[in-house]
Order: sequence, then C-alpha cells, then structure tokens
Amino acid sequence: MGSKRFNRRELLKSGATLAGGFTLGAAAPALGQEPMTHASPPMIKGDNDGQIAYGDRSKHVKSVRIPHGGRPSPDNFGLTFHVASPLQDSVGVITPSSLHYFATTRGSFLPDIDPREHRFMIHGLVDRPLTFTMEDLKRLPSVTRLHFIECAGNRSSRRAKTVQETHGMTSCAEWTGVLLSTLLKECGLKGGASWFVAEGVEEVKGASSMPIAKAMDDCIVAYGMNGEAVRPQNGFPLRLMVPGFEGIFHTKWLRRIKIVDRYYMNYNDYGHLHEDAKEKDAALSYQIGPKSVITFPSGGQQLPGKGFYEISGLAWSGGGAIKLVEVSTDGGKKWNKAEFKGTPQRMAHARFAYQWNWDGNETELQSRCTDEIGQVQPSRAQIAKYWNKPFDETFSVPGLDNSIQPWRIAKDGSVTNGNA
Amino acid sequence: MGTRRVFLIAFAFALLIGVSALAQGPTYGVGRTPTAEEIRALDISIGPTGEELPPGKGTAKEGAQVYRAKGCAGCHGAAGIGGTAPNLKSKDPKNPDVWARGRILPLRAPFATTVWDYINRGMPLNREGTLTADEVYALTAYLLYINDVIPEDETLDAQSLPKVKMPIGDKYASLPDWKPRTPRLKGYPY
Repeated sequence: MGSKRFNRRELLKSGATLAGGFTLGAAAPALGQEPMTHASPPMIKGDNDGQIAYGDRSKHVKSVRIPHGGRPSPDNFGLTFHVASPLQDSVGVITPSSLHYFATTRGSFLPDIDPREHRFMIHGLVDRPLTFTMEDLKRLPSVTRLHFIECAGNRSSRRAKTVQETHGMTSCAEWTGVLLSTLLKECGLKGGASWFVAEGVEEVKGASSMPIAKAMDDCIVAYGMNGEAVRPQNGFPLRLMVPGFEGIFHTKWLRRIKIVDRYYMNYNDYGHLHEDAKEKDAALSYQIGPKSVITFPSGGQQLPGKGFYEISGLAWSGGGAIKLVEVSTDGGKKWNKAEFKGTPQRMAHARFAYQWNWDGNETELQSRCTDEIGQVQPSRAQIAKYWNKPFDETFSVPGLDNSIQPWRIAKDGSVTNGNA
Repeated sequence: MGTRRVFLIAFAFALLIGVSALAQGPTYGVGRTPTAEEIRALDISIGPTGEELPPGKGTAKEGAQVYRAKGCAGCHGAAGIGGTAPNLKSKDPKNPDVWARGRILPLRAPFATTVWDYINRGMPLNREGTLTADEVYALTAYLLYINDVIPEDETLDAQSLPKVKMPIGDKYASLPDWKPRTPRLKGYPY
C-alpha cells in the first residue's frame, strides 16, 4: 500500500523537495486557505467573568460532550446518564475537566455539595474509625498522578460513527489527593479485612466492593482534578480513584468506606457476576484491558486529499503503563512502531503518533498496544477465538471490549467505522 | 559476616520496626473518631450475612400496599411493569435460565440482601431514607413474590431474608483473586 513510515532523513528530504516546488507531502493544498493580510481580527470585548475571572475558550471552538448511545441526558426526570468525551478533537493526554466523560450507573442527579459540610468516614474492620473533613484531607501527604477512567460499557458498535461514539467514555486527568493506603494506615486494618465498600452521596448511593489489595496499592481519595477542585460531574468535592479499574469503581461524591471481610454484593457488584462458572469468566471484571484508538483520522472526519498526515491516537491499560503502540495503515497486514508524545504513565492515556503519507487509495487504519506487563490489545477475531465463539455479524465482545478499532479511508478521503 | 549480610539483617530489622510502627497507632493524628451512633446512622451497607439488617418484618401482601401508598407504581408501573422507570417484574419470571429473565431488580444476585439494600439506600427517588424497615421488608417480599422467588405468605425479616434462595443459586463465576500487576485474563489474548 502507499503507507510509508518517514524517518528523520526522509522528512528532511521531503522538506527539501517541498522548497523546490514539488513534494508528495504537499500535493493537496489545505481547503479554504486565503492569502494572508496584516488586518486585525475582531477583538474579544472582555471584562466579564468569561475573560478575566474564569476564562472561557474561544467561541470558535465547538467541541462538546454528547449523551452516549442516544439516551438523553438529562432525561425526563432530570437524571444524568452516560456522557461521552469528544476524543476526535483531543490533543495531548489531558482531557479538559469540562470535556471529561462521566457516567452514572442508573441515572443520577448531580449532588450539589458544600465542601465545608462534607465528611468522609472510614469504618468497619479497623482499629480506629475516622471521619475527615476536606480540610483534614488537605493537611495529609498528597500525590498527584495522571490516570484515565473508562466506563466498562465503552465499546465500539456497528452503529457508531465517530470515535466519540465508539470510545468517548474514557478520559484522562491529573488527579490530586491522599493515597487511600495512607488513610487506612491511620485507621489501622484489623485481621480479616479483605474487601472494602466505597459509597457516594448521590440518591442511589452507588456502592462497590473492591479488594483491599487494591486499596493498599494505588487508590487515591482525590479532591483535585487538572489543577483545580474535582468537578461536580466527576464527584465534587471528593472522588475515589481506583487506577485501571472499570469506571464504576471510581466512586464519586465519596462519603464512606467500610472495611469488610467478604464481597458485599451491592447493587453495583451484582452486575459484575457472569454466567457460567468457567475459569475464563472469573477475571472478566475490575481491570481494564490494554486498549488504543486512533483519534485522527477517525470516523466522520474528512481527509482533504492525499499527502502527509500525522496519525494520532490514545492508548491505555489497567495493567500499567503502555510500552508499545503499533499502527497499521494497510488493514492490519503490516504493523509499524508508533512514537510516544511524552512518557507513558501507569494507568494513564498515552498519546501516540505515526507519520503517514496517504497515496489516495482506499485503506484501513488500525492501532494496537502492549502494556508493561505484556498484555497485547486483541482484534475482534482473536477475542472471538479466545471465547470459542463464531466471529460473525452477531459477535459481541463479552465483558469489556478492548478490541482493535479499524477506521476505513475511502478514495474521497472520508473516514468511517471499520466495524460497521 | 559480609557487608551484604549485615545490610540484609539491618533491612529486616527496619521492616520489623516499620510493621510495628503501623500497629502502634496513627502517624498524623488527623481526623476525628466518629461516635457509635454516627456510624450506625451512616452505615447502610447490608452484606450477604444480613448482620447489619435492622429489626422489622413484612410480607408480599403488605408490600403491595406499600408499593401503591409510597408512589412506586407512579414510576415503575402498576404491577412493576410498563412504567417510565425500570421494570421490576420479569416478563419471563418462570424461565429456569435466570440470565434469560432479564436484568431487572438485582434478581440475578445470589443474595436477597442486595434487593433490600438497594431499596433502602436508593428509593424512592428523591425521598431515599424515608421508608421504615418494615416497609423495606414488605417491598422486598412483594418484588420477590411477583418474580416468583418466594411465596406470597412468606414473612421476611432479619433472619429469613439472608436465607432466601435466589434463582441463580451458586451458578455464577467465582470472583477474581486480584493482585497488582497481573493480567486481566489468563492467556488473553494470546
């Protein structure tokens, strides 16, 4: 195929030919380019809150979250449901807080909590139950870490057109807070403490059971998100971060953690039960598998013509940091090593890129990743084989879907979902 | 004795001291000890053994009345079906395959305590916490009855609720034994 990986020397060479008036890379001039003048653009008339006190983005930037799966949010009751982030417009690895995906298990009103009134209690199988104010928590040693969150229902479907629809229920932010292990050591765990139940204050008070080993490993009781307080949609004033676990475990509006000696089988938990007590089913829950997706070019976008494009995307895994991303520009026949923009962090989105020269022919773009513990992102066909199910029109990935996402590029430059 | 060995022994002692320091008490002394009443008021987690269940009791007949009186029918439909909120009655409650009965209630949960816990913590919407223990027992009995799990005259209380045989029995996958830095699925993908 016409895909070609540029190395530095080739790039320099193509730059040189560009200067000489001929280039493969600049064959298609950007659409709508007018000759430049030195006239000033209109000015933002600004002394209002949106310019000074808390800055708005440009009115020309329209990227927004959308309700996931066509379910209105808020609905007739005023409940909010799953809302997907516009990954097609994302750059870097941080999702702006205003665009961070959020989801509610069965629909929820968003609590409006006065942080001065908020209390967080740890009790159960501990030597000393403790209640913390927000002020208390901010006195304790803190950590600041990049972490993604992904909804377990974040899956590509035949109907989905854009990467926002196929993958928009994941985001990555910089979270600040106190390690849960710090707090549990303050409380002192009793013998027999093997699970914990985390609970928020929303009306259904979502509660999830999690292994104590996770609590002691890397959970964060977070009050900070992207340099400011956690947003209400994401749990203001306090949210539990459970790095790499399914989104539902990241308990928002965190009020209480109870240390217990068994799986508590809360409403949130029972949904994690799986049919058929085969060993393969047992580990389906909790941890997000290695996953990546190309965000540019992606479904619904339009390439103006053949020539140079930096393919860009995101990769993440619940197993640790991403070690390798490969990109195929010929439908999975040949895989090429992508470069990282920055150093991949544990359980965080990693931004990858691959330099591509499109020859104008029909093709398919794919990406796949490998994490630091050696897990490799599978194709849908591989997953079907693993589960011993026929790979046909009816195949649906059991549990979490971390399959490779293909994007089809048509001759006219239109990009569509390769799973459709 | 080599330097390496001395170092190892010193390291082992340091570990021991570290562990005993944890056992001794809090490091920072930040936070307040809640009173027993405060904990009781906030602790709405009902585990599978039912040890946290409050006194009280109820039957399906009483539950049917509570269901109407407390406005459940307004959102969930007159008989637990056809409302704007999720259905509470399976369209196929006698299907021997519990997975085919639909995802309603926590009907697939292995313990009836999950049903009690959810009604108590989350319902009625916007008026959570207003139901008495008797009402929650009665509603639980009613919803289990219309889904063919218990007979109409069975009384549910702190003793009988954890013993209710849910349709799933023990036919569900065992829980993963999670450890840090281990793969999600053994041998997945290849």
